[in-house]
Amino acid sequence: MNTVTITLVKQPQLFLEADLVTPDQFAGKSIEAIGAIEISEGKIKYPLASFAKIEGASGATAEETKIVLNGDWTRVKRIGQKMTAGEIIINSNVDMYTGGWMIGGKITVNGNADSFTGIAMAGGELTINGDCLNHVGSAYRGDWRGMTGGVLRVTGNVGNDIGTFMRGGTIIVGGDAFIHVHTHGEGGTIIVKGNVEGRVGGQSVKGDVFVNGTIDFMMPGYKYVDDVEKEVDGVKAVYAHYIGDLGERHPTSKGVQIFTNLYLKK
Amino acid sequence: MTEYIIKNGCVIDPTQGINGQKMDICIKDGKIVDKVSKAAKVVDATGKTVMAGGVDIHSHVAGPKVDAGRLFRPEDKLFKSPNRKSNLRMEMGFSVPSVVKTGYDYARMGYGFVMEAAMPPLEAAHVHEEIRDTPIIDEAAMPVVGNNWFLLEYLKNHETENAGAYTSWMLNATRGYALKCVNPGGTEAWGWGLNCITIHDKVPYFDITPAEIMKGLIETNEYLRLPHSIHVHTNNLGNPGNYTTTLDTLKLVEGYKPNNDFGREQVMHHTHLQFHCYGGDSFKSSSFESKSKEVMDYVNKQKGLTIDTGNVTLDETTTMTADGPFEYHLTHLNHLKWTNVDIELETAAGVVPFIYDPKTYIAGAQWAIGLELSLLAKDKDRCFITTDHPNAGPFWRYPRIYKWLLSAKARNDLIANELKYGDKVIDTTYIGELSDKEISLYELAQMTRSGPAKALGFSHLYGSLKTGMNANVAVYDVDPENLPSDPEQYETAFGNVFAFFKDGVLCVENHEIVNYSMPKKTVWVNSIVPENKQVERDIRDKFLHSYTVDLENYAVFDEHVHNPYAIKVDITE
Repeated sequence: MNTVTITLVKQPQLFLEADLVTPDQFAGKSIEAIGAIEISEGKIKYPLASFAKIEGASGATAEETKIVLNGDWTRVKRIGQKMTAGEIIINSNVDMYTGGWMIGGKITVNGNADSFTGIAMAGGELTINGDCLNHVGSAYRGDWRGMTGGVLRVTGNVGNDIGTFMRGGTIIVGGDAFIHVHTHGEGGTIIVKGNVEGRVGGQSVKGDVFVNGTIDFMMPGYKYVDDVEKEVDGVKAVYAHYIGDLGERHPTSKGVQIFTNLYLKK
Repeated sequence: MTEYIIKNGCVIDPTQGINGQKMDICIKDGKIVDKVSKAAKVVDATGKTVMAGGVDIHSHVAGPKVDAGRLFRPEDKLFKSPNRKSNLRMEMGFSVPSVVKTGYDYARMGYGFVMEAAMPPLEAAHVHEEIRDTPIIDEAAMPVVGNNWFLLEYLKNHETENAGAYTSWMLNATRGYALKCVNPGGTEAWGWGLNCITIHDKVPYFDITPAEIMKGLIETNEYLRLPHSIHVHTNNLGNPGNYTTTLDTLKLVEGYKPNNDFGREQVMHHTHLQFHCYGGDSFKSSSFESKSKEVMDYVNKQKGLTIDTGNVTLDETTTMTADGPFEYHLTHLNHLKWTNVDIELETAAGVVPFIYDPKTYIAGAQWAIGLELSLLAKDKDRCFITTDHPNAGPFWRYPRIYKWLLSAKARNDLIANELKYGDKVIDTTYIGELSDKEISLYELAQMTRSGPAKALGFSHLYGSLKTGMNANVAVYDVDPENLPSDPEQYETAFGNVFAFFKDGVLCVENHEIVNYSMPKKTVWVNSIVPENKQVERDIRDKFLHSYTVDLENYAVFDEHVHNPYAIKVDITE
């Protein structure tokens, strides 16, 4: 695997949109060609090289390309958007939409990420070693097709609207979440290892939500069923099992009615 | 103004019976003329088809429910909007495009006129503001009247003159063009959580039936001698087994004669008929079936009717109709988001996104039924191509529909390769029987130009290349003498007009929009009736007691209407 190292040397006046900084775009390109890739500041497009120093070499395909981002990328959006393979390591904080619509490959952020991280993700691994703001692994606004696959891991805390309209994949939050977790969910798994303030699984019809800490305000549409032992992210524990959201439609599959399962650690 | 001569093209103009004859079309001062000077700019149309600018009889392109669709579907723009071209304005959206994209895309197809299909009268000012902001195309709008409290009361008492006086006031107040009637009675019933499923269900609290409403509206329309007939979307849209309701509706025209000075021959236009030709009692392939032949057999022999198709294009789209209860029903079928736009005494529209997925049986069957209507129509001057934009698909898919009609191969390939349940679609519809049927370019021009212009009562303004007409002329990359063997070329050619003149201004040249700043018109009907004190009093009274706005604030004022062109109809003379 070849590595391209990019160091941001000039800070933008506005925010940059780096949706073309992906292994897919870099693969098979020379350093000069990578430097010519367009990055937008507002409505004006600049070559990447005008903001960053680029070193190393890309691989022949996206799978064989690793991108390391150094310097301060706090004001850069959309890194790794729609990437299908390869790897990106970001040694910085990042702005919004990191790993959005990601299909495959791996992104690691060693820092904090802003909102819309991993939005409508379909596959791959996205790890934030830090905190995230809102709409982590959520659907694009208005869309009813949210995250469908992959693993999205945040080691710190997250804000509101986590996994909205989720249909598949896994979101693991190491710390706390604020409100609106798995809203409108139609599948997938969310694990929150810390506490949630409330509104977990509102209007959700299918999927699994695990909370290891406490939920301050439980949704009224959830009903306690039984206690179960579950292995969650490699750790076994006993959980109180609730089903819901009882105010929504609940189709049957093979004679069994489908609900969202909410597991609260005992 | 510049003179133009479109040289050596194969002209197709059903209004003059010209079918592919090689001739020149001359344009001067915005009109089509017999000859131009040597200084005229030459557009070489050798090996190309020349037609009048297209006329769309039914499309939802402006107004509150279109905006509701735009607002609550931001994902309709995501990754689906083209990058801005340097000389054009930003274009956005897929199924509910922005006003700018709407104007551009119609021009790219060679269309010069579009009828906004449902204008809530209370929101007329808003409709006209959006029309003003839509570039290039001329437009008009039809106020929705099938559930209007005034009319329900007048029609119940058979007071045609009062209904006429009210309607005339409404057309003038909204700068409207014709009477649109959506789910008559049913949308009003929806205010009480109910619906009218057949045309003989009583409307709650009004003691009138949809059949009585529609007959009353026909009488009102002919009393006012309006250019267009009533424009009907009948009850029970989209439900299996609804074709009987449709036939009952169409038969209401029996005994009525058109009364107008505009050459219109029908007394009812029924829109998006595809949604109204379903047999069976569920959407399952074991029960559902096409009844297009049964319906078209009646349409073919009844001269008092025109129809448009409402072709399903197998896209992800946004349904929006003033048939509020239908949209509520739809959201419970597909579990997608729903919004309702209630307009107090007048109407109530709903909006729901919808995916016509070729992997489902029902989308394939609906696709087939839409095409059957066009293929079964004997008189192509009475059957027009629409998608009920955006309900059955976006309007900019028309070229794809042309392809399916002009080429049996394109249709049969789609059934074999793209429809998952192609065999079941053939078993339950008539598309298999019609597998070798194709329409000609001449018939296409009838269905998109001369036909709709005549049905709308303005064949003196649109849909023809006669000398003296407004110079709306489209030149397409199709050679009638050497038709393309690959059907895809039809779609490319009709979707990317080679050259398009709007009112004599060269708007599209070499497939690119070069000018979109030409004046566009808003066409409306100025209806004049004898003074009617009772109706004037009723209007004042109703506004005082029931409307949330004051009468003085209701009517559209001149500043709202962009470049108005009034068609005057005076029944007092």
